[in-house]
Amino acid sequence: MFDAALIETILLTLQLAVVTTFVLLIIGIPLAWWLARSKARGKEIVAVLVALPIVLPPTVLGFYLLIAMGPNSPLTALIGRSLPFTFEGLVVGSVLYSMPFVVNPIRTAFEAMGERHWEAAATLRARPLDAFFNVALPLALPGILTGAILGFAHTMGEFGVVLMIGGSIPGETRVLSIAIFDFVETLEWGKAHVLAGAMLLLSFAVILAMRMVETRFKSERP
Amino acid sequence: MTNTLLRFCFGLVVTTLACLPVTSVRAAEATIAVAANFTSAAKQLGLAFEESTGHHVEFSFGSTGQLFTQIAHGAPFDAFLAADEARPERAETEGLGVAGTRFTYAIGVLVLWSADPDRIDGTPAVLSDPTLRHVAIANPATAPYGAAAVDTMKALGVLEELEPRLVEGKNVSQTYQFVATGNAPVGFVAASQVKDNDTGSSWTVPDDMYRPLRQDAVLLAHGRENEAAKPFWSS
Repeated sequence: MFDAALIETILLTLQLAVVTTFVLLIIGIPLAWWLARSKARGKEIVAVLVALPIVLPPTVLGFYLLIAMGPNSPLTALIGRSLPFTFEGLVVGSVLYSMPFVVNPIRTAFEAMGERHWEAAATLRARPLDAFFNVALPLALPGILTGAILGFAHTMGEFGVVLMIGGSIPGETRVLSIAIFDFVETLEWGKAHVLAGAMLLLSFAVILAMRMVETRFKSERP
Repeated sequence: MTNTLLRFCFGLVVTTLACLPVTSVRAAEATIAVAANFTSAAKQLGLAFEESTGHHVEFSFGSTGQLFTQIAHGAPFDAFLAADEARPERAETEGLGVAGTRFTYAIGVLVLWSADPDRIDGTPAVLSDPTLRHVAIANPATAPYGAAAVDTMKALGVLEELEPRLVEGKNVSQTYQFVATGNAPVGFVAASQVKDNDTGSSWTVPDDMYRPLRQDAVLLAHGRENEAAKPFWSS
């Protein structure tokens, strides 16, 4: 049942989820920090933009991306190549699509941290960057872990965006959700059951892991 | 797909329907599952049907595979207009469809199409162009037009060369969208999709290069006693 093509699909999906989560942590942590601490007026607009994919249908995002990344778009002119039907294109789509699931928990963690630790670090003459890495980041770790787990899992199951901009190229853009869709369409329900069941278990494990992260960090705090 | 034969078929069905005496006094309602690539033709047919019989027709559009899955799981459709022969046949043998009601309602025509008016010169030459980035096809495992595209590339001897550059739409509608947005420079689509399109360029694939794109329809068990569905098959 697990032939080479299916294993390739699973590995590609994992790769997409790993790369997307990594990119999202790099973009998301500073963004969450800014959202948590900035007094800027436009902040809430940015927060809304980040949160948008929670309610936005993935096909809508995929549709806009298909146009925004198409051969006649400014983006294509800028980077010199068009991104639909490429792994990089899927990464761009997944980053946008999973962003709220990573940024929101981290932002909440930064906000929950409050001013006390930050001020204490300042009185000890820690430079802001030191304080950020040695005080803020460790304190926000549960939120960062939650965000990373959610972003990873959300990307693993992504369907609508990939459907619109993927093109189902083996080893490049054919991911699990597309494979499940194809198995159902070709009436190979046995294979569909195996993959869908695995995704169900993964989702269960993700939520369980998050509960454990929360409980563990709560019990460690005074 | 909407070629002369199809128009003839439907003309025949509609004319027959129009001549039929309406047996039931009160209007009945039929729900018909229709392959997505037949959307516009089905809507036209539905209007004509409602006018001539007074019965109401609801359409549920989807891909043939998806519709079959729904039917197998008890979706309350009265008839099934598929984009292939296989699914209606399977519906019939599995007892989901009414035996003996299956018939071919349309035969599709495959074209190689580009949104760029200068890209295709009326021959398949563009497929041998090494700088061609992508060729869009419908998923050959689920969509007959995709399988026909693969047949064609095999017949031309370019399949192996093009394989890494193929991008798959879920169905022929999405394939058309890939090409229309320019994301894929060329693609294999249904003639009916581009027949009203004045821009772009195309090559009509000779029908001996692919297996015939027969679209079959079947009356479903759910619609056996449906007054509105019956005339569809009594013609």
